[in-house]
Amino acid sequence: MSLITFDPARVPTFQVAAKSLLGDTQMRKNVRHATNVIQNKRAIVVNEMPDWQQLRESGRQIKEHTLQHLDFYLKQFEENCTAAGGVVHWARDAAEAREIVIDLVKQSGSNEVIKIKSMTTEEISLNKGLEANGIHAYETDLAELIIQMGNDLPSHIVVPALHKNRQQIREIFKREMNLPDLGDQPADLAEAARMFLREKFLRVKTGVSGANFLIAETGGVCVVESEGNGRMCLTLPETLITIAGVEKVIPRYQDLEVFAQLLPRSATGERMNPYTSIWTGVHPTDGPRTFHIVLMDNARTKILADEESRQTLACIRCGACQNICPVYRQTGGHAYGSVYAGPIGAILTPQLQEMHSGQSLPYASSLCGACYEVCPVKINIPEVLIHLRHKVVEQDTQGFGALNPEALAMKAMAMLFMSESRFRAAQRMGRMAERPLVNKAGWVTWLPGLLGGWTQVRDLHEMPKQTFREWFEQRGESEGSADGK
Amino acid sequence: MKVSLFITCYNDTLFPGTGKSVVNVLERLGHTVVFPAGQTCCGQMHWNTGYQEEALPLVARFVSQFKDAEAVVIPSSSCVAMMREHYVKMAVQTGDKQLLADVESLLPRVWEFSEFLTKKLGLTDVGAYFPHRVTYHASCHGLRSLELGDGPASLLRNVRGIQLVELKGLEQCCGFGGTFAVKNAEVSSAMLGEKVQAILNTQAEMCTACDNSCLMHIEGALHRQRTGVKTMHLAEVLAGSEGDAQ
Repeated sequence: MSLITFDPARVPTFQVAAKSLLGDTQMRKNVRHATNVIQNKRAIVVNEMPDWQQLRESGRQIKEHTLQHLDFYLKQFEENCTAAGGVVHWARDAAEAREIVIDLVKQSGSNEVIKIKSMTTEEISLNKGLEANGIHAYETDLAELIIQMGNDLPSHIVVPALHKNRQQIREIFKREMNLPDLGDQPADLAEAARMFLREKFLRVKTGVSGANFLIAETGGVCVVESEGNGRMCLTLPETLITIAGVEKVIPRYQDLEVFAQLLPRSATGERMNPYTSIWTGVHPTDGPRTFHIVLMDNARTKILADEESRQTLACIRCGACQNICPVYRQTGGHAYGSVYAGPIGAILTPQLQEMHSGQSLPYASSLCGACYEVCPVKINIPEVLIHLRHKVVEQDTQGFGALNPEALAMKAMAMLFMSESRFRAAQRMGRMAERPLVNKAGWVTWLPGLLGGWTQVRDLHEMPKQTFREWFEQRGESEGSADGK
Repeated sequence: MKVSLFITCYNDTLFPGTGKSVVNVLERLGHTVVFPAGQTCCGQMHWNTGYQEEALPLVARFVSQFKDAEAVVIPSSSCVAMMREHYVKMAVQTGDKQLLADVESLLPRVWEFSEFLTKKLGLTDVGAYFPHRVTYHASCHGLRSLELGDGPASLLRNVRGIQLVELKGLEQCCGFGGTFAVKNAEVSSAMLGEKVQAILNTQAEMCTACDNSCLMHIEGALHRQRTGVKTMHLAEVLAGSEGDAQ
């Protein structure tokens, strides 16, 4: 178990976490391998779609429209779900959502639940809350089972155990399932999980799930998954409790057509999901007899109020931005200190936590734009990152914060850029100031303070004796200074 | 054509050779280059790091220097991307309607150096001679924001004497990212490590790009590791001629 935590009160900055994780060569190899495999599969099934860009645009528009009328569609969903026999609960924040679910499990008379992989339940640390109330949660998704048994944390929103390889998984299963002779082939591991879980599916009377889509016009709920464990959890228990962020609603059943194409191709490189479950309320002859759904805000309406960053809520949790991100591919997901890692985590986490922790996350990106390019609903992640960086600077430069070295340097440079004569003077000063740092061959190999990060692994050539503008003027062709300041 | 050169603050200060080469190539093609002397910086570093208030006045400054230009040429894809992606929004933020109108009128006349050659002038052969083994790094802004595509490579393919080798993982970021390189120095280094490895695998003598910011970062590691591989802006490759073969 690493030092990594998702507790906002104790989570280290991205820089600190990344520095330590970069030393984990096995993890880095596992992440690189897994993201390469998924990326390549995705590229094939995306490139074969002639209308991929139109699909992305449709996805974006459906989400934007829904978010603009979120109040209307949520109420419509509540009405239709209630009419179909579902019970709708509203939760303001994580704590309230946890309490509601715990109470519902208690009412169901069960002291254990089976769970489908749900990042929303991870977001609110539901398992811990259940455990504290004497309720044991069994994760039934293979990756989540690995995480749970390994006392680990998810590092990817679609493939939570992507940072582990087969040999490491075998060790966890051998120990936790008491299987000393377990092999490390995918079939061996899947069989072990299947044997372990089958009995839980048949015995446990209460299921807990997240949701991929809530359909307003029917009151239906949609969950997509690959292993069939979800279908078991959705159909076998007597009581089903679903928890979903309010942004998961879409207007019409027909809109699923767009997302059912975008999501699997982006997430796992599959043309369709192996299992797509859609249910509406309860049915007397089939499935759970009681169905509860908890609609959770947990900062979503605050994000919605921010015009610049509300596009964050359009996310359909495909993880394509994580697989492509050159930063995530180096550090893995745990560096982001949140269940939401990678580019989407870098914009979502600081907003969910109102920037208190996670302030370092908007800077955990080189702004290369690969995430925006692959996003199936066209979230302009670099744009939101820059917006959040501005918010961080606003917070950090309040009061005495205005005197922090970075802010002072930035203000000084801005002053220089506002005047040609000051800029020229700074160029001359720079040449003088760097002189003690330049070696005989004309290179700087050590820099002080904030710039020291540069020379950790890079040299810097010395400043040329003449700037471009000095050279150009020598040719006698400059238009002359327009700057009288 | 009368071309107004926006050299950018870091090319002016750290890479004057790039500017000289841009002037050389454009003059060789029969164009006149002017350099509005009041120019400084596009504001990218401030804007992208979160110092928006500091970046805003630089929009008006750029516009005042270049608004009457026939064409503005900039040898930096990230600075051009900064303008195309953010200047309209920034002008709106200032509340200055005239500035917004000026920005909207000026932006279509702003060109990154290689796209000025390929898209505005419709050229792929600029009469260059450069007898070296070269690989091309497509910077993220050139690739994704400006969608330069095959433009720079088409210019390089027509350079006489050149041996152009393809860089694997062309679409992958080199890890520079402006202040990211110092704020997240460790991750930036890890990303740079992959890029340097890919460059070394090409066995090129030279890595070129349309962005000296990426190249400064790549050069820094190539030099630190004593690889003997150099970096050079695309303009400097295109400025090569028979006379200066070494």
